[in-house]
Amino acid sequence: MTTTISKPNKSTISPGTMRSRGAEHLGRGRLRSGDIALDPDRSFGEGNPSRGRAFVAGARTIVPVLLALLPFGLAFGATATGNGLTAVQALGMSVFVFAGAAQLAAVPLLSAGASVAIVLLTVLVINLRLTLYSASLAAHFGRLPAGWKGLLAYLLTDQAYAATITPFDEGETDESDKRWYYLGVALAIWVTWQAATMLGIVLGAWASEGWSLDFVLPLIFIAAAVPAIKDRTTGAASLSAGIAALFCGALPLNLGLITAALVGVLGGLVAETVLGRSWR
Amino acid sequence: MSAFTFWLAVAGAGAITFALRLSFIALMGRIKIPVLLSRALRFVPAAVFTAVVIPLLFYVDGAVEVSFGNERLLAGVAAVLIAWRTRSVPLTLVGGMVVLWMLQLMGIGS
Repeated sequence: MTTTISKPNKSTISPGTMRSRGAEHLGRGRLRSGDIALDPDRSFGEGNPSRGRAFVAGARTIVPVLLALLPFGLAFGATATGNGLTAVQALGMSVFVFAGAAQLAAVPLLSAGASVAIVLLTVLVINLRLTLYSASLAAHFGRLPAGWKGLLAYLLTDQAYAATITPFDEGETDESDKRWYYLGVALAIWVTWQAATMLGIVLGAWASEGWSLDFVLPLIFIAAAVPAIKDRTTGAASLSAGIAALFCGALPLNLGLITAALVGVLGGLVAETVLGRSWR
Repeated sequence: MSAFTFWLAVAGAGAITFALRLSFIALMGRIKIPVLLSRALRFVPAAVFTAVVIPLLFYVDGAVEVSFGNERLLAGVAAVLIAWRTRSVPLTLVGGMVVLWMLQLMGIGS
């Protein structure tokens, strides 16, 4: 497989565009209207074929991450039924909440008969990081119609954010294709999560034991973190988040994650102010 | 827990999670984003991803463990090097898992 983190949507860039030097000034993947005629693929099909291509490119980029998500979903399905939830209840959580870490944390609380307020507070704290993703993606989705915003927001996960923010921020994806690229990534994740949940329900605890497959979770985030460190200031953000995470790891309710993330953002801002923008 | 309480909790959890996801995506275009916030957003990916990874590598049974006995930390360092050199998600995933399995076979950790 040749999928790379830095240029996952290479296939959305037509050979015709690459030949024209002028288009490169507009950023990777941005097409000028005149370039469309150069691309033989675009003369076929109906409507806007670049949407379909962006969707497929997104879905293709995420395939290795899907394989890594599988054991995580299996673990949830197995844990849920192991804790006495019915199959419908387990699947219902995956559909309505659709957030792995929060689901895994909520299951033992639910089965132990914790109050609804405790469950909701736990879910709130664990998922607070999603607001950071939302803010980060708002620059790209902020102008879409409400229905699109709702759909894309429902499908927002760590993995969908990790796979799309770098190409979006670096201007590698054409503005009107962003939603389709994201949808390709996020829908593939959604389908995989539901399928893995069902498999976990069927296979039970047997599915999640051995092989240390839970280790793919940190590996996904390592693969996302490394290209996110682009210069000294993002390096400072990562370093301060990392140090904070070492100290905050034992905080209750998973509060360490959001605390360390905010310390990291602050560290980046401080570095940018001290070093000045020229030091990037 | 009764079925009613269960579905009440799940509906609440779903609504909260959706609201968190939609928050800024919905606000954008209606309110003006402060300059400081837009500056801060540039650091979100590096900060959050690091904040997720570090405890998963360094913490063993609720305490920080930095030693050659912590095989997840060693495999994680290898994965960082692979990600840095190759920029490839599949290579990072496969390489990290293979290094972890090798360390476990060698009896490091556990």
